[in-house]
Amino acid sequence: MLKLNINGKTMSVEADNDTPLLWAIREQLQMTGTKFGCGAGLCGACTVHVNGEAVRSCQTALGDVAGKKITTIEGLSAKGDHPLQKAWITEQVPQCGYCQSGQIMQAASLLAKNPNPTKEEVVAHMDGNLCRCMTYSRIQKAIMRAASEMRTASNTGTERRAT
Amino acid sequence: MNKHVKITSTEPADLSRRSFLVGTAAAGLALGYSGVPGLLGADQALAAPASFDPSVWYSIGPDGLVTVTCGKADMGQHIASTMAQIICEELGASWKDMRVQLASNDPKFNDPVLGAQITGGSWSTMMNFDAMSRAGAAGRMALVDAAVAAMGVPPYFKDELVVRDSMVMHPKSKKSMSFADIVKSGKITKTFTPDELKAIKLKTPDQYTMIGVSVPQLDIPSKTNGSAKYGIDTMLPGMVYGKTVTPPVRYGATVKSVDDSEAKKVPGFIKAVILDDKTATTTGWVVAVADTYANARKAARALKISYDRGPNAELSSDSLLAEAKRLQALDESGLFFVKDGDTAAALGTAAKVLEAEYTTSINIHAPLEPMNATAQLQGDIWHLYSGNQFATRSGAIAAGAAGVDPKFVVMHQTWLGGGFGRRLDADMMVPAVQAAKAVGKPVKVIYSREDDMTMDFSRPLTFQKIKAGLDGDGKLVAMQHDVVSAWPTKRWGIPDFLTPSVDKKGALDAFTVNGADFFYSVPNHSVRAILNEMAQNATPSGQLRSVAPGWTFWAVESMVDELAHAAGQDPAQFRIALLDGKGKQDGGAQRLRNTLLTAMGMAGYGARQLPKGEGMGVACVSSQERATASWTACVAHVAVASNGEVKVKKLTVATDIGTQVHPDNVRAQVEGAALWGLSLAMYEKATLKHGAIEQTNFDSYHPLRMSQVPEVAVSVIANGEKATGVGEPAVTVVAPALGNAIFNACGARVRSLPITAEAVKAGMKA
Ligand code: FES
Ligand code: FES
Repeated sequence: MLKLNINGKTMSVEADNDTPLLWAIREQLQMTGTKFGCGAGLCGACTVHVNGEAVRSCQTALGDVAGKKITTIEGLSAKGDHPLQKAWITEQVPQCGYCQSGQIMQAASLLAKNPNPTKEEVVAHMDGNLCRCMTYSRIQKAIMRAASEMRTASNTGTERRAT
Repeated sequence: MNKHVKITSTEPADLSRRSFLVGTAAAGLALGYSGVPGLLGADQALAAPASFDPSVWYSIGPDGLVTVTCGKADMGQHIASTMAQIICEELGASWKDMRVQLASNDPKFNDPVLGAQITGGSWSTMMNFDAMSRAGAAGRMALVDAAVAAMGVPPYFKDELVVRDSMVMHPKSKKSMSFADIVKSGKITKTFTPDELKAIKLKTPDQYTMIGVSVPQLDIPSKTNGSAKYGIDTMLPGMVYGKTVTPPVRYGATVKSVDDSEAKKVPGFIKAVILDDKTATTTGWVVAVADTYANARKAARALKISYDRGPNAELSSDSLLAEAKRLQALDESGLFFVKDGDTAAALGTAAKVLEAEYTTSINIHAPLEPMNATAQLQGDIWHLYSGNQFATRSGAIAAGAAGVDPKFVVMHQTWLGGGFGRRLDADMMVPAVQAAKAVGKPVKVIYSREDDMTMDFSRPLTFQKIKAGLDGDGKLVAMQHDVVSAWPTKRWGIPDFLTPSVDKKGALDAFTVNGADFFYSVPNHSVRAILNEMAQNATPSGQLRSVAPGWTFWAVESMVDELAHAAGQDPAQFRIALLDGKGKQDGGAQRLRNTLLTAMGMAGYGARQLPKGEGMGVACVSSQERATASWTACVAHVAVASNGEVKVKKLTVATDIGTQVHPDNVRAQVEGAALWGLSLAMYEKATLKHGAIEQTNFDSYHPLRMSQVPEVAVSVIANGEKATGVGEPAVTVVAPALGNAIFNACGARVRSLPITAEAVKAGMKA
């Protein structure tokens, strides 16, 4: 029995240390927002955050994340209203949608560190995430929209505090 | 008029629990009450009176919510939302009240035109527009009748009623009633005969308030928070897991023995199941079943299986191509898809004859959700949970695998994590059903990406030869076109999907030659469809997004360019002259010409001086089929380096689709399709060696990534003709436009897809 901290909750799974985090999250804990695409670190569909860093859960062994803070798409925001999620809806990004949990988690780790990325930085950060439906240009637009919204929100916040 | 109006419910009405239903049936459109609001799947018994068996497209609940049941597979083209939008337009509902759900394989949800549940061909909007519009309009009429009765306005006021935003309003008397209240009133009693349904006067485009508006897609929010459910997300009580172990040969292997002694040491291992596939969809497959998927994977790896590799074990892409060339050279090969004039004679007298061979590689669908299926036997009924594009056939394959009649199979549809034609095939039903049967529990089978790629029903390797003749004035007078490939549709074994040859000598797979019957006026024109039996056996092929036009236009549009250059004419002007709209080309040719001109104008074709090493190329297509064409043109702008490296600077695509239901979605589809075209043209290549597909994952098979996306400009022409499809046509136009641009940039003519730097370099004149 392994204890995991996922989306702020402690959860236990019956699995070996070498089990990929992906399968424990999806099939045992039944949080299916995280997707399986390649099982080899090549597509990004399985992206989650471990201590705030985007990782490929198909390449992450359970034994390595015990005690660490894991965030999945289900836990990115309480109501599905993270600025990226809102921007994804505004830009109507998803087609089949299967890659999009991974895309959003990957993008969230960028914006957490770099609130004002250039297009080149976005591409470099996102290039490991495949979208077979080729929604790439909308993904880019949505990331830029979310980044700008987050900057505005934090500026407003600062101003409010200042006054 | 009243003779068709009847109360279809014979039960005493407890209306608070009941829903008003509208649906088209073989017998026409029927309205009635269901005891099970909003649940319309075949698996959920519809508590309707015995005399009432509509094929139901939507219901309106007492809460006023309109739930549309979509019989089409939604793989990202948002077709469920589109169906809701078409119904909503005529019904007069508010978009915020619209909901969608996905149909089971119950025949009542069959496509009204196709008579089966199949999603492909960019057909859905075109073929359902009328039926959904009429269903919506009939619902509105029934609601209005009921509102008249309930509001107590005289019937002759009917024409003064306005239906909008889920309300029936009478502006003069300021009376109004919501759909919810009308449903609750229980006054809806109208039914329609087929003739009455046909006679309904639908809105004209100038009256549209929903069609043509980019409403928020109903499925998108759930695809941003992880809550959208795909087949792979199926969870059933007591379910165990199956991991497929696929043989070292794509098709034809058999299992000689399975040693599971090591697998037995894996905790949770249940059984290794050797498939006995009477449907011949799979050969030599084993499923390792265990309590968790992680354990099933471990057990699968631990199995020691020995195979008879079968008759295809030594075949390779090279052998398939050599066989294709051999067949093409034979006079007696194939069947005629087009035979106009006397091509041989015209080629004999032509002033100039060009001859060229074009090839395309094997390509893999690789939707991001790997194939999977969950099977459960409950009583006599097999329940299959798997996103699929062809419920009618998938159910039949599942039945075949289970050894039961198809009527005992219920297919539960989910969102598809990509389709692209892959989910027209139903191989995943076989391991799920047979594993579930063997262990007596529900089993979810998930392919690894490696299984998914090496066992894909791939786009077949194709070989085409075109011989074409110009007269003394540089006019195209003859074209002889041979297309050699596996025949994916023939493999389905459904005769209706095959097409008689023009001389009625046999049935051919038109889905391997569509597009070759283009809209250019060429007086002497023949097209032969030739089946490559060797490829058919070694690499069972499937329909891949854009299907035949993905290769026929590669050949035709490259050759037309070669002819233009040979005639000393500008390739775009050469095409425009061929699109004269004479005879059978009338209508289509003009529309295609207009889109070509649009794309040229947007790209600045011929109007801009390009630096050395850069070039623009054009192509125009009538994909998918003559009868269902969306008129599409592309101008590709490339820069070619001296080492042959091609940089795609911009793709400009214009497409005439008649009517656009949802402009934003049309753009998303056209752009996605154009990038698919680019991906297939430059990056995606699969090869067969020793009978096996060599590419196993995204490190060896390379769909386009974000860093490879060029600028894409899209112009959509909606000239008011009927709506045509947008999911595929733009795929087909990109490769030839690129090839033609490369020629204009550096003089290298590439005739093989995907285009490689080596081929471009080799083609450059020293
Ligand atoms: S499934 Fe983990 S990177 Fe593809
Ligand atoms: S939306 Fe389908 S894979 Fe990205």
